[in-house]
Amino acid sequence: MFKKLKNMNARERMLIAAIFSGALLLAIFVLSFTISDGNLRANARIMDQGPSFSHPFGTDWLGRDMLARTMKGLRLSLMVGVVASIISVIISVILGVGSAVLGKTVDNVISWVTDLFIGMPHLIFMMLVCFMMGGGVKGIIVGVSLTHWSLLARVIRAEVLQLKNAEYMQISSSFGKSLWFIAWHHVIPYIMPQIIIRFLSVFPHAIVHEAAITFLGFGFSPQTPAIGVILSEAMAHISTGKWWLVFFPGFLLVLVAKSFDSISEQAHILLEPVSANE
Amino acid sequence: MKDKAQSETLLSVDNLSIGFSQYIGGLKRRTIQVIVDLNASIGHGEVVAVVGASGSGKSLLAHSILGILPGNAIMSGRMAYGGEELTAKRQAALRGKEIAFIPQSVNFLDPLLRVGKQARIGFDRKTAAARQRELFLRFGLKEKDGDLFPFELSGGMLRRTLFATCVREGVKLIIADEPTPGIHPEALNEVLTQLRQLADSGAGVMLITHDIMSALKIADRVVVIKDGRTVEVAEASAFEGQGEKLAAEYTRNLWRALPENDFDLMFAGDGGNGHVA
Amino acid sequence: MVIALRTVRALTLIVGMSVLTFALMHFSPLDPITRYVSSDPRMSPEQIEKLKIRWGLDKGPVEQYFIWAGAMLRGDFGTSRLYRTPVSDIIKGRFLMSLALMGVSWVLSGVIGYGLGALAAFKRGKTSDKVIRWFSYVLVSTPAFWLALILMLVLAVWFHLFPVGLAAPAGVLDANVTFAQRLWHLALPVMTLSVIGIANVTLHTREKMVDILNSEYVLFAKARGESSWSVFWNHGFRNSVLPAITLQFAYFSELFGGSVLAEDVFSYPGLGNMLTVAGLGGDLPLFGAIVLISGVFVFLGNLVADIVCVIVDPRIRAL
Repeated sequence: MFKKLKNMNARERMLIAAIFSGALLLAIFVLSFTISDGNLRANARIMDQGPSFSHPFGTDWLGRDMLARTMKGLRLSLMVGVVASIISVIISVILGVGSAVLGKTVDNVISWVTDLFIGMPHLIFMMLVCFMMGGGVKGIIVGVSLTHWSLLARVIRAEVLQLKNAEYMQISSSFGKSLWFIAWHHVIPYIMPQIIIRFLSVFPHAIVHEAAITFLGFGFSPQTPAIGVILSEAMAHISTGKWWLVFFPGFLLVLVAKSFDSISEQAHILLEPVSANE
Repeated sequence: MKDKAQSETLLSVDNLSIGFSQYIGGLKRRTIQVIVDLNASIGHGEVVAVVGASGSGKSLLAHSILGILPGNAIMSGRMAYGGEELTAKRQAALRGKEIAFIPQSVNFLDPLLRVGKQARIGFDRKTAAARQRELFLRFGLKEKDGDLFPFELSGGMLRRTLFATCVREGVKLIIADEPTPGIHPEALNEVLTQLRQLADSGAGVMLITHDIMSALKIADRVVVIKDGRTVEVAEASAFEGQGEKLAAEYTRNLWRALPENDFDLMFAGDGGNGHVA
Repeated sequence: MVIALRTVRALTLIVGMSVLTFALMHFSPLDPITRYVSSDPRMSPEQIEKLKIRWGLDKGPVEQYFIWAGAMLRGDFGTSRLYRTPVSDIIKGRFLMSLALMGVSWVLSGVIGYGLGALAAFKRGKTSDKVIRWFSYVLVSTPAFWLALILMLVLAVWFHLFPVGLAAPAGVLDANVTFAQRLWHLALPVMTLSVIGIANVTLHTREKMVDILNSEYVLFAKARGESSWSVFWNHGFRNSVLPAITLQFAYFSELFGGSVLAEDVFSYPGLGNMLTVAGLGGDLPLFGAIVLISGVFVFLGNLVADIVCVIVDPRIRAL
């Protein structure tokens, strides 16, 4: 029943990786709620401790448990990731479908706007948005959503264009069904796999960008336990050489991002078997 | 023509089998056999046509002789060249020198490299330009054609370029993989003549095709394959009359189904264009 | 013809980006007057009105945009609120610093990334391929600022190989800084940006090269007895280097983002660091100018990529 990892084929190994990734994300999610907020309070007796059994990620200069801080930070990241990914998917579906069905002029305009948002330096644009919205969670979500929809919109446009020429669509529209009926009953189900795959693949970008923006000081306020805040504080203490302050929060962030990548690839194989064939 | 066919064997392929491992839905992998127990042989100065329907694994036969099968291919059987076993090492040393390959389409030329340059690859740097010009002349190409990119070639020029790119002095075995589809009759005859001339000058030619009529114009022997298996190896002269001299039922049907011999209307429908369907 | 069309499109995109930048600044709750007044509470209402007229704030948004865009075109970026000097003066020096940082990293990541990608493709399935793929796969989602921190921790703090920050030793006059010292201080930020940039090119080149190696023309090349090296030189390089260069030009956007982060971590006095300082300090003219300049750079980068493609690829040229 169980094969050695070495004897598995590439697909099986990827599936295993995706399952592990899912489990990891779930564990982080659960931990972020179960760890008591008490661990976030300063505790003079356990300042600056390296990783140990009771504090696997060590403690910082105020005696706060780094594991607790990291988990709470990742929870924030996940939240921002979910909301921003959903918003960018919604924007891209509306613009992608609109571009494909509303005629040449609309298509040209939307394609131009898409090019504009693809070409823009994303991090800098996010900084601009956050700056204008005065930072905080609202700025981050708007900034991240606005910069992540463009590639998906292109994909959806192409998919819908392909669908438009399909026979059953022609029949449906000749029966006089409304545009919205067709969109809801034929277009959305058809592009659903792409939407799910892209939702999952936007996610890692969203959380990494959120952390970067916060790190620079444009995102979450310094009182929030966000990964960007933790790392930016750790930077101030870096010359003391306390590696655990820098290593674990960033490493976990990369791990979470990679987990979503791995799940999204698995989703790609399951939902779009033809194009995923190697 | 016929007496040369009796000459010593240049290449022999015995019990060749080729399969691929592939993913079939989800996680399962299986092996698909494309060629099973295929046999063929070629002597010096001989043209052997390998005839079969598209997808019958003909090209893989060519690739296996050259040792350029894809990595996931699983091969078994025995190949001998010049009386010695044809190992991967010998293949690497021989291809492009003694064994030449003439591919089937423009896709086999590098799209971003001028065709003259492509024909120069493999020659000594100093003499390459001169030899390429010689070859272009020999195959009826103009000197300035060498400055063209593959996408700028016409069908006929393409065939000639492919010849100029593969045929080198000292070539003993030529493997031509479908060199004839989609060209007008005049160009087709030209290709066939070129191949026959190469054989008459002493080389062995393996002509892989689905077009029996064209193959019979120059072939000494015909190997008929179906679903990757050898159905029959027949002398070209056996293809006459109603095919009484042909051993296998499949070959006879093929022969009769050709429009040129419209004997059997039953087969005229699916084999009507002179090709194996 | 194709080039002209692409150029026009790039120009419209640059205009579009400037409109967007202006709109965001214009409709933000932090309007410049309020910000100015809050920094100087002694201003009377009349003075504020005068200021508004001077800055054209009494006019409609469209008119204001044209005033603003016109000034930008003339190189008049306004006066920095933080430094009380013309923005153009501040940007000039910083720009070269950033150009050095980004230019070196751009070339390094392009060359190394291409090399690794090509190597992985030729060795596909082997250990070296797996290592290169794994490395790139992880790097693709690594935030530049975290890599910067790790490099700083290991190479500067633990092993004292490199300085912790700044573009030159502290307390040394600018004129007295030697070239070696500059290089020394450039090393870590360049390393960060190059390593982050490698992954993208590597993965892309590997994929492209694998496609090429599976192509019929490489099959034919092998059938003609070409060696691996000959296949790479005659076919692989020729068919893959252009997409890689295009990708690298399109990477300008990420490069700017990365340099903002790397400059922040290493306190490198470039445009990116200035952008952060301006943003956090609410210095609208300085912030807006840098956003605009980086945007123009990125769109020009994309345009160059397009043009290079058109010029070099005979198939597009023939259209």
